[in-house]
Amino acid sequence: MSELVVPVLLTIITASTPLVFAAAGEVVVEKSGVLNLGVEGMMIVGAVVAFAVGVKTESATLAILSGATGGMLTAFIFGFLTLRLLANQVATGLALTIFGLGLSALIGHGFVGKTFSGLPKIGIPLLEQIPVLGSLLFVHDILVFLSVIAVFLITYVLNKTRLGLIIRAVGENHHAAHSIGYSVVWVRMGCILFGGSMAGLGGAYLSLAYTPLWVEGMTAGRGWIALALVVFASWRAWRAFFGAYLFGGITIIQLHAQGFGVDIASQFLSMLPYLATIVVLVLISNNSSRMMLNAPADLGKSFHASD
Amino acid sequence: MIRLELRGQVSERMVYCSPFFAVIMTLLSGMLIFSFLGVNPTQAIITFFVEPISSIDGIAELCVKATPLVLIAIGLSFCFKANIWNIGAEGQLTIGALAGGGLCLLFFNSSSQFLMPGMLIFGILGGMAWAGIPAFLKIRFGTNEILTSLMLTYIGLLILSYLIHGPWKDPEGQNFPESRLFQDAALLPIILDETRLHLGWIITLICVPVAWMLMTYHLIGFQIRVMGMAPMASNFAGFRGKNIIWISFLISGGLAGLAGTIEVAGPIGQIIPVISPGYGFTAIIVAFLGRLHPIGCLLSGLLMALTYLGGDNAQIELNLPNAVTGVFQGMLLFFLLASDVLVRYRIRIVSFKNKHRNIG
Repeated sequence: MSELVVPVLLTIITASTPLVFAAAGEVVVEKSGVLNLGVEGMMIVGAVVAFAVGVKTESATLAILSGATGGMLTAFIFGFLTLRLLANQVATGLALTIFGLGLSALIGHGFVGKTFSGLPKIGIPLLEQIPVLGSLLFVHDILVFLSVIAVFLITYVLNKTRLGLIIRAVGENHHAAHSIGYSVVWVRMGCILFGGSMAGLGGAYLSLAYTPLWVEGMTAGRGWIALALVVFASWRAWRAFFGAYLFGGITIIQLHAQGFGVDIASQFLSMLPYLATIVVLVLISNNSSRMMLNAPADLGKSFHASD
Repeated sequence: MIRLELRGQVSERMVYCSPFFAVIMTLLSGMLIFSFLGVNPTQAIITFFVEPISSIDGIAELCVKATPLVLIAIGLSFCFKANIWNIGAEGQLTIGALAGGGLCLLFFNSSSQFLMPGMLIFGILGGMAWAGIPAFLKIRFGTNEILTSLMLTYIGLLILSYLIHGPWKDPEGQNFPESRLFQDAALLPIILDETRLHLGWIITLICVPVAWMLMTYHLIGFQIRVMGMAPMASNFAGFRGKNIIWISFLISGGLAGLAGTIEVAGPIGQIIPVISPGYGFTAIIVAFLGRLHPIGCLLSGLLMALTYLGGDNAQIELNLPNAVTGVFQGMLLFFLLASDVLVRYRIRIVSFKNKHRNIG
């Protein structure tokens, strides 16, 4: 039995990790009061940059780092436009996605059909020896471990540290935060860049480990699902983590459904993650008072000291 | 040191100047990118923006490409003016194309003159139905329409893929995932001989003044504008927010559906796996660049159509990847959003010494 189930569970982890990165990063961004809808664009730039560097250098470390940097640079465009030039966050986020999809196709033009060896697996000594659980939980590539660590760190920093308090203050009431001397613009810029590098890592995981190939438009809406997950998680990183695994699970189970003898056209099964997103959004939005309590009060509002 | 200073009033002049700034900046950065790609920038700009429209055929082709963009952008303008973010026009276009094209496939023997108008109406209804879902969910449950309309786009594209690989596949098509070719009665008539320019362009040109009237002189347009600019005032005036959400979603969905049907009944002539190269998303840029005004949408739609033609031409002539088009479109929106800062703020250059004196 475990020979059958473990591989499926392992692929669920692989499918969920990109969502974990992107959603956890966006939690931080939105906590600081910024709605960056460009997650899809940052992810795909991260994916293509990581893959290109991976193919050129054959170094997994360099590939991962450059994926994160790619996402961060893309996020910088967003930060500059929305924070310095006070552009509308929704429109800028959309532009970032359109631009990212185009730019990634341009960069990736020469890398279609190339292959990358994938990320090496790392086992945690001793723990990996545990039967079944060991191979399921303790033998993974570095990014899977990193995604779990990131979620722990984000939860800890946001809730237990001074830095987290500042970020939340900026997101809840930017004028109050400004008046006690915090730089709203720089706090938000930091969060946006962090979110961008996380989205870049999510994209890098897709092209380096999940496929590992470069295909135009390969994020296929995962950035948008990550955005939905943030709402689903009511802006908590650890809930976003479980949400990501729920969605990863749905994605993988629909792939295996036909193998298990479910006779439905593949297209209907492929709709499941998107349908699930809508259903989840309906379920959590229905309770509007709870939504209002959890959402950062200044989410999506531009800040200028003179208003 | 450069500082932004809040204007007392929105600058009307800047509203209309900033699209031109944006276009100029995009061209300059485009030249930079081209030289980076190892192509002579002037040559590339000519290939991209001049060659495609240097013949009658090219101009006709420009209008063919602009038709869906302008139609969708006009619809989206209603939404965006009301601060409603329908970004699922691509899905509404797809479902509209399936509804209109489906009618044709249902009556594939018909040569009735009512078939084509019927298809257009079905297309509008299909788009409306698909846009009605996020509208309903927003009104009934308060769900975020950005995410639902986008998720519905992916679902719509999968429905298209299912139909085209399954029930709607051409029985004589050697197993290609394509529908039957539409019969002549289902095709939009060509209005300029020897080109692909079809009746859809005329429909678009009619929609522009109608939408302008609706937006400027009709109560609906007024309510939409008030709700977008001052939701509280709109409430106090007794405008029904729910109705405004419904109307703006239905207008934009209907126009996107119409655009979808026009695509399949016009230049394509059958239902194929890829009906639109992202018109629904590009139309978002068109709407903003056109200042959410129907006439502006017409002009910016033509410009954006040119980036598609230019991308194709650059691929053939200069061997550049087609994706350059997407980069251009994204940059254009970036520069537009950036120059829009001048609408509400003015730039002041202050020396460090005076910096503190100027505050307050």
